[in-house]
Amino acid sequence: MGRFGYTLSKPRVIDYDANNRCIAEFIAAHEPTFNLCIECGGCAATCTAGNFTSFSLREMNILLKRGENSAPHEKIRRCMMCGKCILVCPRGVNTRNVIALAREAFMKFDRNERL
Amino acid sequence: MKDFDIFVIPFNVGLYFILIYCVVRFIVWFRQLSRADKLRLQRGFFGRAFGQSLKEIFLESLLHRKIMKSKPVLGYMHMSLAFGWFLLILFGTIEADIFSEKHLNPPYKAIFFKFFNPSHGESGFAQFWYFLMDLILAFILSGLLLAIIKRFIPSVVGMKKTTKHRLIDRIALTALWLIFPSRLIAESLTCGAGGLGGFLTGTAGSFLASFMPVENLAYPFWWLYSLSLGVFFVLLPITRYMHIPTELFLIFMRNSGITTGDKAGTFSEVEIHSCSSCGICIDACQMNFVTGIRNIQPVYLNRALRRDENVTEIAENCLMCGRCEQVCPVGIETTAIRMIQRRNISGEPLIKNKWFGYLRYRSIQPRDKDNYEPSYALEMKEDFKRANVIYFAGCMTHLTPAIKEAMKKIFNIAGDKIWFMDEEGGACCGRPLMLEGRDREARELINYNSELIRKSGAKTLVTSCPICYNVFRESYYIDAEILHHTEYIKRLIDDRSIRLNFSDKKVVYHDPCELGRVGKIYDEPRDILTWVAELIEPIERKEKALCCGGSLANIKLDPKKKSAIAFDTIKRLSSVNPDYIVTSCPLCKKTFAQVSDIKVVDIAEIVAEEIAGLQRRKPSTVSLNLKEMVRQLLD
Repeated sequence: MGRFGYTLSKPRVIDYDANNRCIAEFIAAHEPTFNLCIECGGCAATCTAGNFTSFSLREMNILLKRGENSAPHEKIRRCMMCGKCILVCPRGVNTRNVIALAREAFMKFDRNERL
Repeated sequence: MKDFDIFVIPFNVGLYFILIYCVVRFIVWFRQLSRADKLRLQRGFFGRAFGQSLKEIFLESLLHRKIMKSKPVLGYMHMSLAFGWFLLILFGTIEADIFSEKHLNPPYKAIFFKFFNPSHGESGFAQFWYFLMDLILAFILSGLLLAIIKRFIPSVVGMKKTTKHRLIDRIALTALWLIFPSRLIAESLTCGAGGLGGFLTGTAGSFLASFMPVENLAYPFWWLYSLSLGVFFVLLPITRYMHIPTELFLIFMRNSGITTGDKAGTFSEVEIHSCSSCGICIDACQMNFVTGIRNIQPVYLNRALRRDENVTEIAENCLMCGRCEQVCPVGIETTAIRMIQRRNISGEPLIKNKWFGYLRYRSIQPRDKDNYEPSYALEMKEDFKRANVIYFAGCMTHLTPAIKEAMKKIFNIAGDKIWFMDEEGGACCGRPLMLEGRDREARELINYNSELIRKSGAKTLVTSCPICYNVFRESYYIDAEILHHTEYIKRLIDDRSIRLNFSDKKVVYHDPCELGRVGKIYDEPRDILTWVAELIEPIERKEKALCCGGSLANIKLDPKKKSAIAFDTIKRLSSVNPDYIVTSCPLCKKTFAQVSDIKVVDIAEIVAEEIAGLQRRKPSTVSLNLKEMVRQLLD
């Protein structure tokens, strides 16, 4: 296939019917400021963990809101909880609690507990 | 004269129950201690700690000296009930011993002495005993009156808010309140019948005898007295009044050198049972008096722990500023207890109740928070440098670059060979994770940073962030000496490596929680500031300093409420009309700057601004910094 010069890329459609938005809903229910995020990326720009890894809170917020949970599930372990993102956030999102709640939600999700 | 009456049975049952219960409870607690702590306690019991403990028990448990110092009326209330009751028992026993026909009476004879032996005789000595016992009873009753008023109007004793109690505590409280008035009435009626008694019981007795049949009424009140004592003793182990016996044990343990540590065990159990729910921590808590959150203070945390409740929410919603620990009259390590609960994600109680709370047993220690490994992808950089002094700015300092620049200038002039470890952004120090109870993840960061520090061969590590400062000192295993930049600048001033101009500015110093109450650094920043400016002290200073509200320890608090706390603190600091508000923590600076009208600066900035030329440089370092020197001269 490679030699042919064409590949089949995966469809980039966001399928809200198939995606599970339970994690984002859990976070929003416990930390309402999650909904204030405008995805400006200030948090990702200042991120201490982002300096070492490809962790980005902005990316995570977007993916979780779409219900595409697999990438955030893997990446959430990279946050160092240093709190710089809270100080730069122009919208007053309590980012550290968003991370803590996301971890809690994923933990419950893995154990098949109710969110 | 009778030797026994059936009404003493409730008292006897209660008394022997509580005595046996306490002995068993203390033995169980002792057995659960670690081997090292057992040895400490044994050594303390036969050593100097024993005398210290007895002294502390007298001064604190009976006289309530600490409360007396801060709030005299509240102190008097506690003292009259504790010390007065103690005196009543002590002198009651002596009285019974002197005036009854035989020695070594059972306890009930001393407690109900007037029932069994209403008349002492007519001698002056007997009259003196009437007077003495009445005086002690009056002393207790005056405290009781204050206690009752305090329930409804806490401001009378100098408190703004008092503890909200549960039903079982209220029942025990009622029983306690009934003890002394029922004793007064019972004694008065008995004395009134015989025309005896001192200034209190005698007067009340003859007054009552003038219009009612006191002989018949006395007996029910003796029953009431005995019953309220019995009920109080039986309820004691499952209510807050367990603090009465437990606090004695706590004082012995603490003086023997046992500390809370980081796991739930005997000492933390003894501490939570020693909490008398006095509510003094509520008034000290900024979460209470600024944001109106009144369910997370240590008094409620300890109570929830005693009751087997899920404390996750209480444990997480706290600034960990440590103000409560400073005011706690019992000396409970409230932040350490909270940290134990933060490490326990499942929210399951670590020690569980059985038989309505009369028995508590240790449940299985739960897993660490989250069941997976962190993945920070920390690869050891090859570009570490060898240096004598490492500067670790800290994450927060990178958001307040003025501090970084000021420190660079100071390092330059001091002439130390430094390596700016996280200039391009380093790993976090690990304390924010630890404060959230994720020690295992923090350990990964600690190991990474330790390795970098070790490879550099540095002897000194200077940090600008008090949060980093504490974790470096407590949790890192490195040879380097850890200094906060205030300590470092103080040294430079002392050995005259830098010289400062005195400016006419008026500054007020804000003690950051992490540097002050956690790191115990109060004097260095003040010394530095007296060199460069006129220092004014705010009302809340040193151990009593307020939190800026930006604390990393609280992830649950709404950002708006955090700013409300910052605003309140700034208002109090601004009340002395300073030119600058000076602090020594980048997080405090950042938090304040958002709400303050007066300029907030870090101590390093004000020092860097007032450095007087480049005198008295160490000769060996001149050449190294020649370029910088020329640049500064040109500036």
